[in-house]
Amino acid sequence: MTIPDSAADAIRHNPAQNDPMVTFERVTKRFGNDEKSFVALDNVDLVVGRGEITGIIGRSGAGKSTLIRLVNGLEKVTSGRVVVDGTDVGGLGETGLRSLRREIGMIFQHFNLLSSRTAFDNVALPLEIAGLDRAAIKAKVGPLLELVGLADRASHYPSELSGGQKQRVGIARALATSPKLLLSDEATSALDPETTQSILALLKRINAELGLTILLITHEMEVVKTIASHVAVMDVGRIVEQGRTFDIFTAPKHETTRIMLAATSGTTLPEWLKTDLRQTPSAGDRILVRLTFLGATAFQPLTARLVTEIGGDVNILAGAIEEIAGEPFGTLVVAYPATPDTIARANRFYAETGLSTEVLGYVA
Amino acid sequence: MSPEMLFDLLWKALLQTLHMVAVSGLIGSLIGLPIGIFLATSGKGELFPAPTLNKVVGLIVNAARSTPFIILVVAIIPFTRLLAGTSIGTKAAIVPLTIATVPFFARLVEAAIREIDKGLIEAARAMGATPMQIVTKVLLAEAKPAIVAAFTMTIVSLIGYSAMVGAVGGGGLGDLGIRYGYQRFMPEVMLAVVVVLIVLVQLVQSAGDALARRFDKRNRQG
Ligand SMILES: Nc1ncnc2c1ncn2[C@@H]1O[C@H](COP(=O)(O)OP(=O)(O)OP(=O)(O)O)[C@@H](O)[C@H]1O
Ligand SMILES: [Mg+2]
Repeated sequence: MTIPDSAADAIRHNPAQNDPMVTFERVTKRFGNDEKSFVALDNVDLVVGRGEITGIIGRSGAGKSTLIRLVNGLEKVTSGRVVVDGTDVGGLGETGLRSLRREIGMIFQHFNLLSSRTAFDNVALPLEIAGLDRAAIKAKVGPLLELVGLADRASHYPSELSGGQKQRVGIARALATSPKLLLSDEATSALDPETTQSILALLKRINAELGLTILLITHEMEVVKTIASHVAVMDVGRIVEQGRTFDIFTAPKHETTRIMLAATSGTTLPEWLKTDLRQTPSAGDRILVRLTFLGATAFQPLTARLVTEIGGDVNILAGAIEEIAGEPFGTLVVAYPATPDTIARANRFYAETGLSTEVLGYVA
Repeated sequence: MSPEMLFDLLWKALLQTLHMVAVSGLIGSLIGLPIGIFLATSGKGELFPAPTLNKVVGLIVNAARSTPFIILVVAIIPFTRLLAGTSIGTKAAIVPLTIATVPFFARLVEAAIREIDKGLIEAARAMGATPMQIVTKVLLAEAKPAIVAAFTMTIVSLIGYSAMVGAVGGGGLGDLGIRYGYQRFMPEVMLAVVVVLIVLVQLVQSAGDALARRFDKRNRQG
């Protein structure tokens, strides 16, 4: 059976709705020549779902920027493939890359706005590059500035705008060519927490209203928790864990994820307690356990029952209810005597309620 | 010397200086600009990678810049004759002045472009800009204030250089100062020449600064 050309074209340009937007297939990236080459990405497999917000989190130098720069061909893979909406990026020449880049918006940590251009003209730049005439540009830029809430700042230069406003201009500029994918490299890292939240809210809105796929990289847990539906955790060039943000953050499997989570969640232990913490119990010690539970409403009854089930000698050392990818999730750190019967009673209670637990250690 | 005569001498010399500086400054900068852009964008991994040619051009530019101007004037006399049809006079002086301007301005333009945040080039690449679009829409636009400042500096230097072209009968203010002020012991001519030169340099510098400030949008107060 043959498919008419026109139909084939239609299929090519309208890939199935559940096809991923970006796939990394066994991607390795080396910098430098053979003898002293440096492996920045090591056999990375990753899928970025269409219409979703995917976060990549990792420490400085983990290879996040390198990874995102492969998507629009600013960097080339050493081996493996990066496929964007059905197109193998590595197979494109300069011309092909340029037209791909016009379909991918990008925003940056330091905004990268032209200081010599007003907000309006900065947003106009990608359209000028694409060869649109002045009238068409004008028709597009106005609504974009409106969308990011800067209609009244059109004639301001970047030096006359706050950090948050600059990033809004950056977002409007990234959206100018109506891209299907938005790449964000630490877009909120130079902003204060409040401004960060407003920029994240804007990205979330754009994702929901325009159905735009967003791939963002960050070293801030808070960013991923707030807007990413999916997350990949990177450590020294490898993806150590990936999946739904809620699953990864409520049940982190890899040490790197745990460390990063501990640094941001409300359940960090005080320093003195950490230094006193031992991994093996001695007589008279108390056991420290971290309990995690889903749903905000579970908090009150849980703490109450814990005390009655285990006995009066329970301390609650830390506790927090957070929201991860829009779902509430609680953590509680408790301490009680490390005696066999108390532990047995507690474990019975955990099994019965389905709480997940982690023994943190023992203190005198 | 009567004041009228002095004024007449000064006026003619000033016109010669302005003529030499304007023509060599303009032509030299027009040639120097693309060379400066090339130097700033043709290194390894840059917009128009041509590292070998970059090194060669860099070497030539350095050689030209380290040759003392007065030696350059004499050394290129055959070339000057070929180009200007004569090896003496204001017209002939313009040739070495232009040749000295090219590498000077090129290096200043290179520095101005290298000052630009690499993130801007990255952003433009991510938009799908061609290397040529990056040069015109990003590099030149962003470097404009610095390039105007470089041009000002070039003109000021040229005013100084033009004093030396008396050696080939180029005329101009410097030549007047040497011939009357020094060789004929007329300190009032020397003084007048120096005053005119100071005023001229001041004017050029202020005009250049004002223009550069107008183009510079980096530190505007709301
Ligand atoms: N052009 C390059 N040449 C050589 N090494 C590079 C190059 N670019 C990046 N690297 C190296 O690759 C590693 C990963 O860099 P990358 O910028 O991707 O990290 P990152 O996760 O984005 O870090 P950060 O959070 O600090 O931005 C680093 O060790 C870095 O030094
Ligand atoms: Mg980075």
